[in-house]
Amino acid sequence: MSGGATMSASTTDRGTPLVEVRNISKRFGGVHAVSNMSCDLYNGEVVGLLGHNGAGKSTLIKMLSGVYPQDEGEFLVNGQVVHLHTPRDARAAGIETIHQTLALADNIDAPGNLFLGRELRTPIGTLDSHRMEHEARQIISRLNPNFKEILKPVRSMSGGQRQTVAIARALYFNARILIMDEPCAALGPAETRMVMDTILALKQEGIGIFLISHDMHDVFEVADRVTVMKNGKLVGTENVTDVSQDDVLGMIILGKKPGKAA
Amino acid sequence: MVLALIVIWLVLQISTDGIFLTPRNLYNLSIQTCVTAIMACGMVYVIVARQIDLSVGSLLAFTGMVTAYVQVHVIGNDSNIGWIVSIIVGIALGVAVGIFQGSWVTLAGIPAFVVTLAGYLMYRGAAFLITDGQTISPLNPTYERLGGGIGGAIGTTASTVLGVIAGIWVIFNAYNTRRQRKRYGSNQTPVWAEVLKVAVACVAIAAFVWTMNSYPDPAHKDADGNPIGTGIGIPVLILIAVMIVLTFVATRTRFGRYVFAYGGNPEAALLSGINTRRLLISIFALMGSLSAVAAVVTTARLNSGANSIGTLQELYVIAATVIGGTSLAGGLGTIPGAVIGALIISSLDNGMVLLDVSSAQRQIFIGLILIGAVWFDTVYNKRMGR
Repeated sequence: MSGGATMSASTTDRGTPLVEVRNISKRFGGVHAVSNMSCDLYNGEVVGLLGHNGAGKSTLIKMLSGVYPQDEGEFLVNGQVVHLHTPRDARAAGIETIHQTLALADNIDAPGNLFLGRELRTPIGTLDSHRMEHEARQIISRLNPNFKEILKPVRSMSGGQRQTVAIARALYFNARILIMDEPCAALGPAETRMVMDTILALKQEGIGIFLISHDMHDVFEVADRVTVMKNGKLVGTENVTDVSQDDVLGMIILGKKPGKAA
Repeated sequence: MVLALIVIWLVLQISTDGIFLTPRNLYNLSIQTCVTAIMACGMVYVIVARQIDLSVGSLLAFTGMVTAYVQVHVIGNDSNIGWIVSIIVGIALGVAVGIFQGSWVTLAGIPAFVVTLAGYLMYRGAAFLITDGQTISPLNPTYERLGGGIGGAIGTTASTVLGVIAGIWVIFNAYNTRRQRKRYGSNQTPVWAEVLKVAVACVAIAAFVWTMNSYPDPAHKDADGNPIGTGIGIPVLILIAVMIVLTFVATRTRFGRYVFAYGGNPEAALLSGINTRRLLISIFALMGSLSAVAAVVTTARLNSGANSIGTLQELYVIAATVIGGTSLAGGLGTIPGAVIGALIISSLDNGMVLLDVSSAQRQIFIGLILIGAVWFDTVYNKRMGR
């Protein structure tokens, strides 16, 4: 069950991974939420992180984004060990997370949310709201040209617009590593399309993306590899070209690699 | 809200046969509003951040007693700078108590309701213990002016100058905002709306200054024995300073932005890397310092320190904040709104005194107003889909 042994063969000749998760474990009381989990992510690659509810995906992602500390194991970014004690540490390491809940303050407008925790300030230290609005307009119009009314509380925005704000927040600060937790779960077909296109565009720019999704179809469309978890443990990592959706479903449900399952 | 205030004023004006809207009564009203309004400004931060502080009335008594004690029994009330030291000690105590309460809330995870309910009991007791229940009086004569009583206003000339400065600032601010928005090509409000807004603000400032200047000072007459106007009361200036600083902090600084972000979604604030513990402790410390400032105005006005001051004040402060549009669900509220809320409460109180309504009946009426305001808040939030 060790992580190293199950690495997909094609990744060995690609140099240093952008992110390496090495034998990470996390317990909550007596529950092993994640145990001895290993996986990796390369530049310009999308890795689908799959598993049932409670498989440990969210816990792993929360450790990577600095919300919880891990009990054991290491995270490496570009081959360097990083210590992710707070969300700030994760951001400093170039890791941006789009949480499933989006983590937006509903009462604040789009620029306010985009820069939350990293506000642009004037020379005297006050909020530079005009510049933040200007910058927010630029990045948001790049992602979603129809989205103009950015100065109202995000509460009154559509699901796709809220998603755009969350993605814009992750991109503005030049993230190299993007974690997207169920980015399309609450979206309609057109908005899902927009997010999928964004993922493909970001991949072109060389950003590495961990994509968590229950929608196998979406994952197979954009991902290069899939990493499957069950009961907090790694089941396996496969290139999407080497396996069928049914194979991956088997890994999720049975917790077995396709070759052995047959 | 402003509309509600205007209606209340007109109704009181008619029912008191024109006594309510006289310079004399309005001067008194302006002073009566200050203590509640100063604390309500801080309560906006507390409630916006989904917290509550029930201890502010007791803390007012505690810090007020300590200020009076230091001023009279430690330094001596004839010292020229002693009263300044006593104010600093009082505010420092308010901050310390706020940090104490905030730490229990954030580090120990005890709800603010419980921590500050305990504080409500403790600080009232502490206020009693300082002098074993004895009143401290008289206070320093210069300090006494901070209460807005005799000599507690700044005179007509200074008031007019301040009014003009305020008017210029309003105009400059509107112009500057337009210029900034133009620079970044943002949407502009129509010129006529902007001009109307500025004009209304300027007229309101002029009316206020004129009214305060029209109240003849009972203590001073000019060389010919004619009465001279008092001008703006010093407590009002303290309140305006608090309003300006806290509005600025709320709208233009990171701290203010984080208070609102935390109130809107605590999890989002945490995930954005905001130090939410430090944030909440700072909010309680701010509230504590404002309780101490309100204690200065209260003790100066009474020219004494007594352990019973500020009784039920916490309820008036919370009521003013909520009437002023701050949502108990968090994330929503304004400083000027809270001041108007305080003005509504003290207007009703003041007007009912003029109408000879008993204190018991006044309490019932203000209680009903509070329910009405929260009901309005609930309906409004439902409409907004919160």
